[in-house]
Amino acid sequence: MDRVGGWKDGVVLAVVLPALVLLGGCRLEDRETRPDPPVAQALGQVALMPNGIGGSPPEVYAALGRPYRESAFHLSQGKRLYEWFGCQACHADGQGGSGPSLIDGWWNYGPDLPTLYTTIHDGRPGGMPAFRDRMTRDQIWQLAAYVQAMGAYTGSLAAPGRSDRPQTRPAENRLPAASAPLR
Amino acid sequence: MRTRPLPSLALLLLCGGCAGWQSALDPQGPSAQALGQLLHGFVLVLAAIWLAVLVVLAVALRRRSRATPQAADRHAGIAVGTACVATVLVITGLTLASYVTTRVISAGAEAPLVVRVRALQWWWEVTYPGEAGPDVVTANEIRIPAGRPVRIELSAADVIHSFWVPNLAGKQDLIPGRDNVLTLTARRPGQYRGQCAEFCGMQHAHMAFMVIAEPPEAFAAWRAAQQADSAAPAGAEEAFGRQVFEQKPCGACHTVRGTEARGTNGPDLTHLASRATLAAGMLPMTRGALAAWIADPQTIKPGNNMPMVPLTPAELQAVSAWLATLR
Ligand code: HEC
Ligand code: HEC
Ligand SMILES: [Cu+2]
Repeated sequence: MDRVGGWKDGVVLAVVLPALVLLGGCRLEDRETRPDPPVAQALGQVALMPNGIGGSPPEVYAALGRPYRESAFHLSQGKRLYEWFGCQACHADGQGGSGPSLIDGWWNYGPDLPTLYTTIHDGRPGGMPAFRDRMTRDQIWQLAAYVQAMGAYTGSLAAPGRSDRPQTRPAENRLPAASAPLR
Repeated sequence: MRTRPLPSLALLLLCGGCAGWQSALDPQGPSAQALGQLLHGFVLVLAAIWLAVLVVLAVALRRRSRATPQAADRHAGIAVGTACVATVLVITGLTLASYVTTRVISAGAEAPLVVRVRALQWWWEVTYPGEAGPDVVTANEIRIPAGRPVRIELSAADVIHSFWVPNLAGKQDLIPGRDNVLTLTARRPGQYRGQCAEFCGMQHAHMAFMVIAEPPEAFAAWRAAQQADSAAPAGAEEAFGRQVFEQKPCGACHTVRGTEARGTNGPDLTHLASRATLAAGMLPMTRGALAAWIADPQTIKPGNNMPMVPLTPAELQAVSAWLATLR
């Protein structure tokens, strides 16, 4: 009897302990739906080169732990904002239309976050409207990160959620564009 | 035997949970009533079987030691045989009862009022196709005339939801790409709360709606009022509010008939202030709640499909003042 009990204890240990360890993985990613007002204010302080292309993100961005490009939550928000604020009307799902393609690897202004932020915030002379009065700074960062993720050339562990409707182009969590070119 | 008032009183208290504006145990229409009867029937039959099994078990335990092996075998044969026959009879009976009830509740009705309900994450769009006049489009509130059958045509925009007003009818799923129908009647005027009953994502728990049954004349008056365009701004603040609404992204998602706003991603706000609640039962319809919602929808209902739009305090005041006048 004793020996059978010991054998059972072993099974319990072998099954329950790993299950407990796995439970640790169930932690929900932190989702900050709205940054503190001072942080939101500071998120606008992008230092750009005089030509409006290239620059450094605000200091608070590093202090926050560079959240936008590395968090699936922010990328998913960016994806939703892309639809909500009508980017599709001119850029389709990234392939471009009356506005340029955002996934072909050719940038008029650039794919780094400060440049993308400024493109969306201030608009660009060739017909890109400014969104500074329509979206919060936080939202513009999310959107900029999403635009960067759409046509990324390097892999990333974070990707936005899958679309419920049929994909018109490779999903955002595909191989980076450099190894599997996008059309 | 002496009666025990206290325990029976406690049981009566429990019954308080049976009535109410969202309870399948308080049927207010034929469909819910048929389901209620079926439920009571099942409970009675199954409780009787449970009691019978307990009694037989007690008797068997008491007699076990006295029986000879041969007698025990014989008894076991009788018991198993009886149980098999009883099971077949009971299951057949319950299946029949359930079949008949399903037939009753899914039967169509003569000259029903047609209402289209489309479920979205996480609110309900309600359309009354035009009977003499334009369609009426509203959200999260279904007005119906008491006593008249209502044919509710159900569809879904994104994922599967389920339409459930316990006081009036059983559940019916709303499935993308498939049209379902539910017929219900409210016997008398009243307010009945409904709720999405199929997990549909982050805010599933906050996807409620109201069914308001009114006397037919009141319903006709409501419908005529809803067919009208939105009220003209009453003063300068309201006029500014309307202008803000049209210029900010609000109008890209919401329709307010009679203005430039023609979006379809969010609820129709033409007669917003005539509804009792905001955002599918989250908040009461007051000017303060409106301002709170517009200022920060993502904190009030995290994950919902309305983004926070930056507004100055003056703009926020004006927009909520204007929306609060859209009766
Ligand atoms: C009215 C049409 C229109 C809308 C709406 C629009 N864009 Fe643009 N966008 C353009 C045009 C045109 C350009 C090219 C501007 C130029 O070259 O000066 C552009 C340029 C851009 C660029 C720069 C591309 C590069 O090559 O550097 C980005 C990034 C961009 N848009 C993102 C967005 C996002 C995100 C949205 C939604 C919030 C959006 N656009 C909405 C028309 C639009
Ligand atoms: C991207 C689309 C979008 C934009 C932009 C938008 N809304 Fe909404 N709105 C929604 C959605 C979706 C809902 C339903 C949310 C829910 O209940 O889950 C909603 C709900 C509401 C409601 C509650 C309606 C009801 O019947 O309960 C009000 C009021 C409202 N929005 C006002 C505004 C105002 C004012 C603005 C502009 C500052 C605005 N919305 C901008 C999509 C949007
Ligand atoms: Cu649901």
